[in-house]
Amino acid sequence: MSAWFIALLQALLCVALAPLLVGWVRRVKARLQNRRGAPLLQPYADLHKLMIKETRVAHTASPLFRVAPYIVFVAIWLACATVPLIALDLPTAGIADIIVLVGLLALGRFFLALAGMDVGTAFGGMGASREMLISALAEPALLMAVFTLAMTAHSTSLVGVMEHHLTDGFLLRPSYLFAFGALVLVALAECGRIPVDNPSTHLELTMVHEAMLLEYTGRHLALMEWAAWIKLLLYGVLIVNVFLPWGIATVFTPAALALGLIAVVVKLALLGAALALGETLMAKMRLFRVPGFLNLALLLGLLGLLSHVILEVGA
Amino acid sequence: MSDSPLVLALSSLWLALGSSAISLLAGREPRLLRLAAVPLLGLAGTAALVAGLWTLIAETNASAILPLGLPWLPWHVRLDPLSGVFLVLIGLVTGAVGLYGRDYVRHFEGGRESLITLGGFSGLFLAGMLLVVLADDAFVFMIAWEVMSLSSYFLVAFQHEQAANRRAAFLYLLMAHVGGLAILLGFGVLAAFGGGFDFASMRAAELTPLWAGVAFALAFLGFGMKAGLAPLHAWLPEAHPVAPSHISALMSGVMLKVAVYGFIRVVLDLNGEVHWSWGVTLIAVGGLSALVGVLFALVQTDLKRLLAYSSVENLGIVFIALGLALLFQSTGHPNLAALALVAALYHALNHALFKSLLFLGAGAILHSTHERDLDQMGGLLRRMPWTGSFFLIGCLSISALPPFNGFVSEWLIFQSALQAWNLESGVLRSLVPIASAVLALTGALVAATFVKVYGIAFLGQARSRHVRRARPSPKGMWAGQGVLAALCVLFGVLPTQILGLLDPVAEQLLGTGVPQAGANGWLWLTPISAETASYSAPLTILLLALIAGAAIWWFKRRASWRVRRCDPWDCGFAAPTPRMQYSAASFAQPIRRVFALLFLIDEGQEQGADGVTRYRLRIADRARGWLYLPVARAVDSSARQVARLQSGSVRLYLGWTLVTLLVLLWVIS
Repeated sequence: MSAWFIALLQALLCVALAPLLVGWVRRVKARLQNRRGAPLLQPYADLHKLMIKETRVAHTASPLFRVAPYIVFVAIWLACATVPLIALDLPTAGIADIIVLVGLLALGRFFLALAGMDVGTAFGGMGASREMLISALAEPALLMAVFTLAMTAHSTSLVGVMEHHLTDGFLLRPSYLFAFGALVLVALAECGRIPVDNPSTHLELTMVHEAMLLEYTGRHLALMEWAAWIKLLLYGVLIVNVFLPWGIATVFTPAALALGLIAVVVKLALLGAALALGETLMAKMRLFRVPGFLNLALLLGLLGLLSHVILEVGA
Repeated sequence: MSDSPLVLALSSLWLALGSSAISLLAGREPRLLRLAAVPLLGLAGTAALVAGLWTLIAETNASAILPLGLPWLPWHVRLDPLSGVFLVLIGLVTGAVGLYGRDYVRHFEGGRESLITLGGFSGLFLAGMLLVVLADDAFVFMIAWEVMSLSSYFLVAFQHEQAANRRAAFLYLLMAHVGGLAILLGFGVLAAFGGGFDFASMRAAELTPLWAGVAFALAFLGFGMKAGLAPLHAWLPEAHPVAPSHISALMSGVMLKVAVYGFIRVVLDLNGEVHWSWGVTLIAVGGLSALVGVLFALVQTDLKRLLAYSSVENLGIVFIALGLALLFQSTGHPNLAALALVAALYHALNHALFKSLLFLGAGAILHSTHERDLDQMGGLLRRMPWTGSFFLIGCLSISALPPFNGFVSEWLIFQSALQAWNLESGVLRSLVPIASAVLALTGALVAATFVKVYGIAFLGQARSRHVRRARPSPKGMWAGQGVLAALCVLFGVLPTQILGLLDPVAEQLLGTGVPQAGANGWLWLTPISAETASYSAPLTILLLALIAGAAIWWFKRRASWRVRRCDPWDCGFAAPTPRMQYSAASFAQPIRRVFALLFLIDEGQEQGADGVTRYRLRIADRARGWLYLPVARAVDSSARQVARLQSGSVRLYLGWTLVTLLVLLWVIS
């Protein structure tokens, strides 16, 4: 019973922490660019503002437009809730393994793209078309990276992968390095970060993710934005906890859980700072350069998998 | 008692033939088609479904000898778990088509096409498919196979007044017979070793490895061609879309699966020992089909053609899974082979459900708007809410999204591919992951394809006047779609039960099943063990619903629940018109550009007769030019050579006959 309680707590923690991570990245980015930047808690204020504002919907929108924000939010939240954040071995981990997690993210993206096309303006369709291009190339790369981990651990469950990594100690496997590279590139693409997409652009012709949200207001927009932030958190947790799981709680004592929380917050803060640094140094690339970027990710993923099956299984 | 399922299955055969017979009267009384023939089809489907389920649950084997056929070769029929699964598949789809067809065939009444052709050949088509699945000797199998192929030819050629339809039908006929020939030769090899045409003696035969390989190659060529595998797929997207929509559903949803049945029967049941290279061949061809199918589906603008291409892709996935099964079986891992086989069967069942659902949806759109071109559609969700909702479920299922059915089968295929580390050979170990990369790419492209289909057809604004005035389809039509949509959800949410039903097939063919899949209770699907992988579809859908419900409840408590309608964002310029929306072609353009090498693209501008310049985009299939046209040309020119014999003189004909007789007598003496 206490395990289910901790799982619930962890799921709520994902939702609560996501705006903080975004605020942190924005803050660090602003400082790196010699701006003062918004306060750390600004995303919470933004969400609150959007929630209490009136929600408007275009005349041309169908019922799907109003349902989509809930589905997107819930699918991404559920995906995030199955990732071990502060503790391993939670019962929620058995609901979904890594492939189901990728599937849940795809479910969210499917409805996001449909919602973009619903109102019938050119921008929505453009955003949806580009999003599906990016995801079509990113998803196989993500799965390849994930399969490398899964084949090493002989398990597609995230808990299995992390436990295997914990008991194995810190071994520098070539396959893990490749998988890590692939996962980072995919995360940049899937979360709509520079150099693939710019989360703070509002120039219509360059938008991908924002173009699909163009018609949303009020609580619908709040849910969509929040979902995107949770997705960023999810990828962050995936990267830090899969490759560096140390610190995560393996027993459900308050001390271990507190340590797990502190560990993951520190790791995410470092990762967020690295992301901000990268976004400051790089420029957004043209849309048709993105396939090359993602092919690199796919290649890294495949190399990881091949180096695993050739070098590490036989040895 | 154990014969009862077989009796039921045979009675469904008679019902199908009865439907065909009643249609002969439809020329005089058109209503008979709608009131008697189509409901009988549905009834036949239901009987087949019950017979199949009975076999699977009771795990019975029943065989019988029918008093038909040649004196020394009576007709053998048999109903075992493998046949049972495919009877269930045929039954589910045909039952829904029976519901749907009643209202759909109504608009052919008073049309120029012959109702006798439609009803008569529909019944024969179903009877042929049922008999293929029940056949227990090569003779019955081939007769049923030809009945199925020929009657579906007449259904493809149903609206024969358009030249394109006649061409498609001819291509189909040609392909069906080349494939049929390969199957016949394959049976010939097996019969030569077994000493008889019945499957029992073929099963007992010991083939030398070389001849086993020949039999496999012939079966793969014949059945693979019928299943529409690349690069021999070019007939499929021509033939399937031009039949009436409920028949397209049967052809794509069911007939392709009958080819899968034939392949499994010959290779895993009759042929005995399997070689690992067969598995590799299947994985390679399946991967190619999956990728080619989805990429061509993505660039289509004709809805039914798009769905037909997507069938190529799904059959590719089924064959990847079958390839994994052969690979694991030949390297001595029967339990993993069982998992892959069950995944293949599961995907075949799922594809039958969602592809029929989508074809019926396309038919409903055709019925209401007379439109197949995606670029004329838009906003249909508001005009046809039921069709729109069911079509959405079909799109979600085919895109392999949890918690729908397509996801479960693809998940199982991934799980069996991830067991490749068990293989001893390093080459095979690295080949299987590449296959799973192809599968992953395919899955993501399918999602893009169906976002396009749904977004263009059902969302946005209508792109033409007749679509803007579309009327909801009649009740019977959406009831048929509703049944299939409910089954898609059911097959997605209760995977352990479905696996339990498919298990006897694996036990029958491979000697071992997948008992561990449901070992942790019905909530948890654990294909290998709970530590390796688990998925709980019921809990996924429960949590999704709970959280969404909580969010809605939370917002609803607040005063501002009502939304205000306003105009969409127009950048401060003119209000957006429907023509400004992204079209089907523009949606696919980025992906088309990335994979440009595969397509033969003809893009440019052309001046219409009315003096208006229009954008022109034609995308052709390379396989058609490379493989099909040469064969068609060869057949044409050899027919012309043979035609020289036909001088018109009776004496010369008699002379030919005499010479032939003499030669034949000399040969057999």
